[in-house]
This record gives sequence, structure tokens and C-alpha cells, in this order.
Amino acid sequence: MSVAEPDVALKVRIRNLRRSFVLHGRTFDALDGVNLDIAAGEFLAVVGPSGCGKTTMLRIVADLDTQTGGTIEVMRAAGSSRPVNSMVFQQESIFPWMTVRDNAAFGLKARGIGKRQRYAMVQPILERAGLAGFESALPHQLSGGMKQRVALARAFANDPEILLMDEPFAALDEQTKLILQGELLRIWETSGKTVIYVTHSIDEAISLADRVLVMSARPGRIKDLIDIAGIFSRPRDVATVKSNPRYGELFAHIWRELRNENIAGAVEQAA
Amino acid sequence: MKSADTNPRVNRLISVATPLLLLAAWEVAAQTHAIDTRFFSSPSRIFAQFWQMLADGELLYHAAATVTRVLIGFVIGATVGVAFGLAIGLVPVVSAAVQPLVDATFPIPKVALLPLVVIIFGIGEASKYAIIAISVVYLLIINTAAGVRQIEPIYLDVGRNYHAGRLMMFTDVALPGALPSILTGMKVAMGVSLIVIVAAESLAAKSGIGFLIWTSWQVFEVEKMYVGLFVTAIFGFASSIVLNWAERRLIPWKRS
Repeated sequence: MSVAEPDVALKVRIRNLRRSFVLHGRTFDALDGVNLDIAAGEFLAVVGPSGCGKTTMLRIVADLDTQTGGTIEVMRAAGSSRPVNSMVFQQESIFPWMTVRDNAAFGLKARGIGKRQRYAMVQPILERAGLAGFESALPHQLSGGMKQRVALARAFANDPEILLMDEPFAALDEQTKLILQGELLRIWETSGKTVIYVTHSIDEAISLADRVLVMSARPGRIKDLIDIAGIFSRPRDVATVKSNPRYGELFAHIWRELRNENIAGAVEQAA
Repeated sequence: MKSADTNPRVNRLISVATPLLLLAAWEVAAQTHAIDTRFFSSPSRIFAQFWQMLADGELLYHAAATVTRVLIGFVIGATVGVAFGLAIGLVPVVSAAVQPLVDATFPIPKVALLPLVVIIFGIGEASKYAIIAISVVYLLIINTAAGVRQIEPIYLDVGRNYHAGRLMMFTDVALPGALPSILTGMKVAMGVSLIVIVAAESLAAKSGIGFLIWTSWQVFEVEKMYVGLFVTAIFGFASSIVLNWAERRLIPWKRS
């Protein structure tokens, strides 16, 4: 991943991104020429049928996987010492052997920030994430929702150039999910961070994002980019979005595109 | 439904009652001369001997020698074993270099190395520490490396994504992640240490419980021999209590 001088308000530039896997002697294209510009401070949601390569794309941006071809540039201010990205994972990813505070401060510790200073730095973020009073708790004492709050706090505390989220609320029950979506928006709106948010939930994509990127089934390509920010302004309330008639239209529109992709994917698998 | 199988209090009672019953049966068999007391003695005589040896300091002398050897050897072996195990689990080059050696030499009975160890480390205490350390190091290398490999890949992803350096990957991810497996290794290694030290002391020492057992048998002081065996059992029991306690303290997240 290369890092370039800041453009107007461009944060991430992805060009011709490709990733293929070889499985049993056959080559599969997970991503086939993805081109994408993401603005600074934008919340981009990525939806697509299972196996469309959306998580692969995120892992390549996160440097946890390597592309077969193409480039990813993350623009950053000259002399910025921020980490390029921090990821919130889908599964339970906070360390069971660390307290809530140490989990949240993990990225800061990795950057060599001393104990007292990093604890002071994470405290306001823990409070904003609704974790005040739980700083010394161990994860096994927390509910699933609280654990994902810790994972969010860890990513925000790291203060990265871009935040990457891989279905962070997929494993949570519906009520907890609604609450955490609201909290995520609240924390994100004050942070001004650029977010790439992978989800399988159309509802979640519309509720949270400025733009929704719809990906096609294998090979993963960009099928559509839908503007949401122009319809639902910020600050945004998740429940209000769902009760808006435009929400239903958007949902139906994205679902039609995904349904066709799911059918195409099923046909391809059967062939 | 509450049966004897599921009631923990009843189970604990059974755990205490079973050995007591066996001792009682032994005592009855000795009193009625159903067994040859020259070889098998009796619990009452062994306990009398135990108290006497406790009073005159003989027992403490041998017990302290054994405990010191086991503890020093165990700490050395465990430290080296955990360090190598982490390196094998995390660094492919180290794994490639060390794993085959470990696999090939692991099955050699460590007591069989005693002559070599005595040649290298001398007849003194160093050879006792060494034979324990050698026995312990294998079990901890194997268990630690396995523990690291069993760590959920997601935790390693987090470490990489948050740019944890190599040292931090060791101390903050691999070591705590492998801790459950390390503690299992320590429990097994402690048992093996006791087996090895008693054997080693029988062969090449002038003190210790193993020495006590073997010399008592040779001079036909059967009660003293049984005291040695009994004390070895107590060591095993006490060490498992200590290690279970350590396990609860160190890995609270593994408790249900």
C-alpha cells in the first residue's frame, strides 16, 4: 500500500484492484478490477452476496491480505504519525486476557505510548462508548454487545486515517444491534473518520452509510454506488431512517440488485 | 434430580473416604497377618515412623533436598521451554530448526540420560537441576508451541492490524493465548519431575526422598521406604493444588 500527498478531499483511491485464489488447481477471481474513490470523512458501506469478495477487499486494505494486482492509496497529511487503518472485526476479537482498558489501549501500546498516557487517552473514548465503570472488567464478564463496544473503542482510540469494519454487529441480537448502530453513528459523527463498513445487511448499510457500494457475485466487481447522504442528512437517527418512505424504496432497489446477484451466484455454483 | 453422581459434596466425601478405606483394609490385613508385614508393613507402623522422622529432622532434610532440586530444575526448564515454545509457534524458521530435534529426542527416557548429565554437570546438585530441567523443557516446548498454534487466528490478525511488534506479539498475544496449554504442560511436567527426581536420587545422590526410599530398602528399613513413597505422593498432591490455584488466578477467562 502506498501513501500519497493529500488530494482535495479524497481519502482512499483504489485502482484496478484484483485478487485471485488458486483452489484445487483452479483459479478463482475474488475481486476483478475494483475502482473506487472514497472521500475524507465518508462512511461507505459495502454490501454484496456471500463470497463476493467484500471481506477480501477490506482485508487487503487492512494489509492482512495481498492483492494480485492494482493499487490502494490512502491520502494522509504530511508528517502524520497516525496508523493508516484500524479494523473492527466480525468475530469476537478483543483479547480475553486483557481488561477492557488494556484492550482499548492495545493499538496505542503497539505505538509505544506509555501506560499512564495511553490510559488517559482511552478514558474519554471508553466513556463515549458507554464503557465507564467497566474499565477493569475482563471480557468474559461482558455481554456480546459490550464486547463489540470495546472493539469499537479500540479502533477509535487508535485514531487511524481510516476505519475498517467487517460486519461488526452481525453476531448481535437485533435490539443490541440497533443500540450499537446508533452509538457508532454518534461516536463517528464527532470523529470525522473515513469508514469502510462491510455488511450483509441492506438495512444496516442504508441506516449508517453516506454511500452504499453494491458488489456483484464472484468475480467481485462494483455493481452500483448509491448515494444515501443526499437523502438522509446528518446527524442521523437510525430509527427515523427506517420510518422514512424513501428507506423502503432504497431497500427494494438494493435488494433487487442483490437478488439477481444471488441467483447468478447460485447458477454459477451449480454449473 | 440429585443423585450421588452430581452432588459435589458427596463426591468430595467419597474422595476422602476411598483412601481411608484402603488404609483401613491394609491395617486389618497387616494385623491379621494376611500380608507379610516384613515387606508390606502397616499404616500404623509407617505413621509412627513418619512422626519420628519428622521429629528428628531426617524427613525434613530429605524433603527439602528434593523440593529444592525440583523447584530450581522446574523453573529453569519451564522458562526455557516456554521461550522456545513461543518461538516455535510464532517463527517458522525457529520451528523448522528446532521442531525435528525436539520430536526425535522427546521419546528418550530422561532418566537414561543421567550418566551423561553426571559427566557434564558433575555428581553435585547441578546434575539434579539439569535432569529435571531437561525433563520439563520438552513438555513445555511441546505444550507451549501447541498452545500458540491453537490461538484463534483473529487474535494474530488484530496484532498485525494494530502493528504490534514482535516482542508485543510474544508478551501480549502469544503468551497469554497459549497460557491454558502452558499450564496443562506444567501440571504434566511437575508430575514427571517428581518421577524423575526420585529415580535420579536413587541412582546418584546422597540425600533426597529418592535416596531415602532406595537406601531404606537396601538396609531393609521398610517403614522408612514407605514414608518416602508417602511423601512423594504428598508432593504430587500439593503441587497439583498449587498449580490448579495458579491456573484459576492466571486464566480467569477460561473458567466457565
